[in-house]
Amino acid sequence: MIAYLTRRLIQAAFILLGVSIITFALLYLLPADPVRQIAGRSATPQTVESIRQQLGLDQPFIVQYWRYLTNLLSGDLGRSYIQRSEVTELIVSRLPASLILMVGAILCELAIGLSMGLIAAVKRGSATDQTLMVGSFIGVSAPQFVVGLLLLYVFAVQLGWFPIGGYGTWRHAVLPSLTLGILGAGWYSRMMRSSMIDVLRQDYIRTARAKGLARGAILFRHALPNAILPVVAMIGIDIGLFMSGIVVVESVFGWPGIGQLAWQAIQRVDIPIIMGVTLVSACAIVLGNLLADIVAPFIDPRIKLR
Amino acid sequence: MIANGIKSGAATVAPDQANSPVLTVSGLTVSVRGDEGERAVVSNLSFVLARGETLCIAGESGSGKSMTSLAVMGLLPQPQARVSTGSILLGDIDLAALSEKRMQTIRGNRVAMIFQEPMTSLNPVLSIGRQLVEAIEAHTNLGGSAARTHAIEALKAVRIPEAESRLKQFPHELSGGMRQRVMIAMALALKPDVLIADEPTTALDVTVQGEVLELLRDLQREQGTAVILITHDMGVVAEMADRVIVMRNGRMVEQGTITDIFERPQVDYTRELLAAVPKMGAGRAAAPARSPEEPARPAAVAEVRDLHVRFDLHGGFFGRVTHRVHAVEGVNFSIGPNETLSLVGESGCGKSTTAKALAGLLPYSGDIAVGGRNLAGLGRDERKAVRRDIQMIFQDPYASLDPRMRVGDLVAEPLLIHSVGTPKERTDRVAALFERVGLTADQMERYPHEFSGGQRQRICIARALALRPKLIIADESVSALDVSVQARVLKLLKELQSEFGVAYLFISHDMAVVENISDKVAVMYLGQIVEMGTRDQIFAYPRHPYTKRLIEAVPVPDPARRRTRFARLDSEIASPIRRVGDPPARLSLQDVGGGHLVAAH
Repeated sequence: MIAYLTRRLIQAAFILLGVSIITFALLYLLPADPVRQIAGRSATPQTVESIRQQLGLDQPFIVQYWRYLTNLLSGDLGRSYIQRSEVTELIVSRLPASLILMVGAILCELAIGLSMGLIAAVKRGSATDQTLMVGSFIGVSAPQFVVGLLLLYVFAVQLGWFPIGGYGTWRHAVLPSLTLGILGAGWYSRMMRSSMIDVLRQDYIRTARAKGLARGAILFRHALPNAILPVVAMIGIDIGLFMSGIVVVESVFGWPGIGQLAWQAIQRVDIPIIMGVTLVSACAIVLGNLLADIVAPFIDPRIKLR
Repeated sequence: MIANGIKSGAATVAPDQANSPVLTVSGLTVSVRGDEGERAVVSNLSFVLARGETLCIAGESGSGKSMTSLAVMGLLPQPQARVSTGSILLGDIDLAALSEKRMQTIRGNRVAMIFQEPMTSLNPVLSIGRQLVEAIEAHTNLGGSAARTHAIEALKAVRIPEAESRLKQFPHELSGGMRQRVMIAMALALKPDVLIADEPTTALDVTVQGEVLELLRDLQREQGTAVILITHDMGVVAEMADRVIVMRNGRMVEQGTITDIFERPQVDYTRELLAAVPKMGAGRAAAPARSPEEPARPAAVAEVRDLHVRFDLHGGFFGRVTHRVHAVEGVNFSIGPNETLSLVGESGCGKSTTAKALAGLLPYSGDIAVGGRNLAGLGRDERKAVRRDIQMIFQDPYASLDPRMRVGDLVAEPLLIHSVGTPKERTDRVAALFERVGLTADQMERYPHEFSGGQRQRICIARALALRPKLIIADESVSALDVSVQARVLKLLKELQSEFGVAYLFISHDMAVVENISDKVAVMYLGQIVEMGTRDQIFAYPRHPYTKRLIEAVPVPDPARRRTRFARLDSEIASPIRRVGDPPARLSLQDVGGGHLVAAH
């Protein structure tokens, strides 16, 4: 286990290194010039040039990247060009809000997706199944800002159950989590349905029935643990998909997380923040996958970590 | 052994009831809804099962024997299949009319079932203990440690060593034979009145089959359970049955006592079924061995020298190779033109791996020469040309034909790959092949699902023949077929051999089939050949104890020669997985006369 973890973490370090090189190179090649953004429209060429030198952006790519990497290894993500504060601090202060949103979204995905998939599989071919699958299709295909605005209109404006925006109590978290989770719930319900249908055809389910077990025991003890494995692997990948969703959802609901931070930074070509947020989300993807791999052997004893 | 009176629903048996029927099936019709409306898969079936007797339901695929058993269990595939008429009386309860809730209290309690596939019939994510205990808890008020004790008793009853520590194990940690014993333990834990065993030994190796059959017989004697044994294997029927029902196309064609059926069959179908069963010794009687040393013996079609196939297992830090599977270890043999060499042995002995290496489907070390040319050191194109001479026929005719291609195109594909002939010539050749294997040329336009298993295997044979190969590897090619179909396919293979002069490498676990088709036989155990010789040498004068055990374990389709004790395996077969740097000892083969090679033992 220790050996496995060590190996995976070393692999993760290489992945992050790769992500940092690619992102850095893309930002370097970007036609937008961060210095122009900082200096403003009316700046003289001399001012622009001096800011460029000050930030070290006149150096060749290799030098710039090397400096960034060495700082990164000592835990320094640099300073924001615009806000002049430490990127690390900015991210740390905003990360909890985004984590709450992510956890909320995962719970929504699992609760909605798994139960829909389970019910659809058991009632396969019925009207219930078809209705649920149409629902999941809408969940998968609806753009998140539309879903977010719709939920806001119905549950916040019309019914007044939840606040319209902001951050603070659990009530604030419900609609953004739901918006973020609905896309995943759509995928999960489809995956769960097909995986469950497949499992229910297996010989061991027939054996369980032949033992005279009740339906509940067959579904939840025998079928569910077998059917849920592909979904667990999916959750790991999903954490990465959340990043794009978070940018949209946080701006719809005015949620003070790293999604908003990233969105503002992209508009102003604030390279250190973009880099920082990218690396943090890459970390999240790597950790999410690692977590999914570590959980798998507890669900299926045939899986061994090597 | 197991405390009485713990079952919630079971009635205790009074002595005077002993001869009354425990199960009475009358007028049972099971229909399945398909595209063309409802179709009866079991029609008007009636039989009676007496307490403590073994009733065998025999028949080929599609005969309705499995549907009958599922109907009794209330496990018919929903929602397509249903019992349309008839009754299934267990005592005075009609199982056919019972609600699902009431049926749950009967299943596993008074009527239990074991299935064909022990490898897939246990839930992979639950421990053996959990799966046993839940069956006990479902029908008794035993809980916790009492249920556990009962589970251990049940495992001991099926002679599983170290029963207590097995409870913690998961199905994948047990061999097929062990798993089937766990299934039996589960089924018999609550002492059901009726046990239905649906092909319980078909998926097991022949030596393990003997043990499981013996176990079933002993347990039945001890517990007085009535058994319905469903099988296609007349050898198993002869070994086990008190009475026999022969089914065909959903109808009972004959029923009678075991001696009636085997000695005085009344119906043609039963006679055909019995005649089609391959019998040991029949091959030798029908076709005396061709003289093995023909004058001016031509060069071997395929020559295998010192073949090794090993698979690395990764483990440890940074996934270094720590263990290896020694699947094939130093195998030597050669096959002459027009000759059939059979590889026999139990699952995991390396016979299929040998074949795959020969067909170029696996990396190997050692020398393989085809038509005198060593495959090692050849370029890509040359190798492809040599490979033309070796073709394969696989076990499962359902899985080995692409369902989206027309069968004519499937047979023409090898010609296309090796760019043989013009499109017109290819079509003509495929048409001729279809005629030759007993199909018609107008069937070329159809798709695989339109053919039966036997026809599909004929298509596979046509495909293998398309390139006029020198050697055809038949890997368990007749195992999935019904006996009557099997007999016809074997006959076709023999005819094609004399016609085209093709050599066969025939791989089978079925000793009777091997005895019928082979010129030479090699017995494999743990990746090595332990005995090799002509068919007569191996079957008439087996020398190695493993060969003897394999031959003795085959059930004989003759109730008069029923055995009281089967050859018992002393232990589980050793594992071919070994630490790196610890290769298995090489067996040296000694010639005991006339080219009969036997490993020291």
